[in-house]
Amino acid sequence: MAYFAVRGIELRALSAAVPANEERNEHYTRLSHSELKLLMKTTGVEKRRVAPKGMATSDLCFEAAQKILKELEWHPSEVDLLIFISQSRDYYLPSTSAILQDRLGLSVSSMTFDIGLGCSGFVYGLSIAASLLQSTGFKKALVLSGDVSSATCSYNDKSTYPLFGDGGVACALENTGKDHSWHFDTYTDGSGHESIIIPDGGIRNLLSEASFENKIYSEGIERSRLNLALNGIDIFNFSISKIPQSIAHFEQLTGKNSRQHDYFIMHQANMLMNETIRKKTGFDASQVPYSIRDFGNTSSASIGLTMVTQLADQLRSKKLNLLLSGFGVGLSWANASITADSIVCPDLIEL
Amino acid sequence: MEIKDLIEKLETEFALPAETLKAETDFREIPEWGSMHALIIIAVVDTEFGVSLNGEDLRKASTLNDLYTIVKSKQN
Repeated sequence: MAYFAVRGIELRALSAAVPANEERNEHYTRLSHSELKLLMKTTGVEKRRVAPKGMATSDLCFEAAQKILKELEWHPSEVDLLIFISQSRDYYLPSTSAILQDRLGLSVSSMTFDIGLGCSGFVYGLSIAASLLQSTGFKKALVLSGDVSSATCSYNDKSTYPLFGDGGVACALENTGKDHSWHFDTYTDGSGHESIIIPDGGIRNLLSEASFENKIYSEGIERSRLNLALNGIDIFNFSISKIPQSIAHFEQLTGKNSRQHDYFIMHQANMLMNETIRKKTGFDASQVPYSIRDFGNTSSASIGLTMVTQLADQLRSKKLNLLLSGFGVGLSWANASITADSIVCPDLIEL
Repeated sequence: MEIKDLIEKLETEFALPAETLKAETDFREIPEWGSMHALIIIAVVDTEFGVSLNGEDLRKASTLNDLYTIVKSKQN
């Protein structure tokens, strides 16, 4: 069991950045008008932000991070820890966190590393950063997460292209010793690793000419082995069964249920899936904000992006108890119960 | 829940006119049948019957009546 609590850590700031370039699903040409209508109704995705060629996840995270450093009046040299969580890194190697350390002007005596997680990444990242701050005594951390998924989805794959959008977020955490606890519960089930996968280009299946060949899997599903492949039914089944179970378990462990949390912010995967989870977990619709309509599934940016675009006013002015849940590729999922007390939350950045 | 309630619920979710679907309807013959329809069936069955359908269950069924039979057998 990977349940734990961390004491004395505060969320000081949260920001999000997206590409300015917007695509509307009503203009997607690989589905008929009625198919598009059903897709938008079911998945909830109407618009997505798509990065122009060459814009990387780290560019989005860099802007988001720089903005909060400035607003918090943190000097970059005060940041002891930077974690970059993404599945769309700048290079095969080196790690993107090193590039961000340099771009942001962090001290060379800082700890930085990448984590390769997707939809669960925002919650995993917070859990790791908070634990490290507590165990090391480091004071300040930046947790950057996001993905440019559009770069790896095939336009001719109706099962992926209209769902994913690009985005990056930045969280600033501080070890203040404040007398409160955050709770985390993390899960992994690698038996489902093929349910969301880019098969080629890693060491298992080295890049080859065959990697680039486009193959038609069924009508409207054409992609290469360098494109993201999604088994929607497997992921849907996994999410609507495991996530409510894990939330129920988490509520027992923390002793906090839907009444003790102001908001339940989920990874934005698919509106039908998210609403099914919401109903099964007993949260009121008013407690569950969504950004999926305007931004699609933004992978590890989704929870932060939803907070920035839907809850900014309250995050800036109130103390909120938040239940967070990220789930998907891996399979990997994680829940968190955290507080956010009058944090710095700049308006959405568009690049 | 009776099969007619399931059918009505699916008609609503699929945005089809009432009484388009019958128990003997082969659901793959629904116009432009696709993965969205499959997800909707899974979600409706999960919410209304508390039963998890997998891809294999859907493959085994061809009519809505087959589907209802599978749901009922899994419920018990």
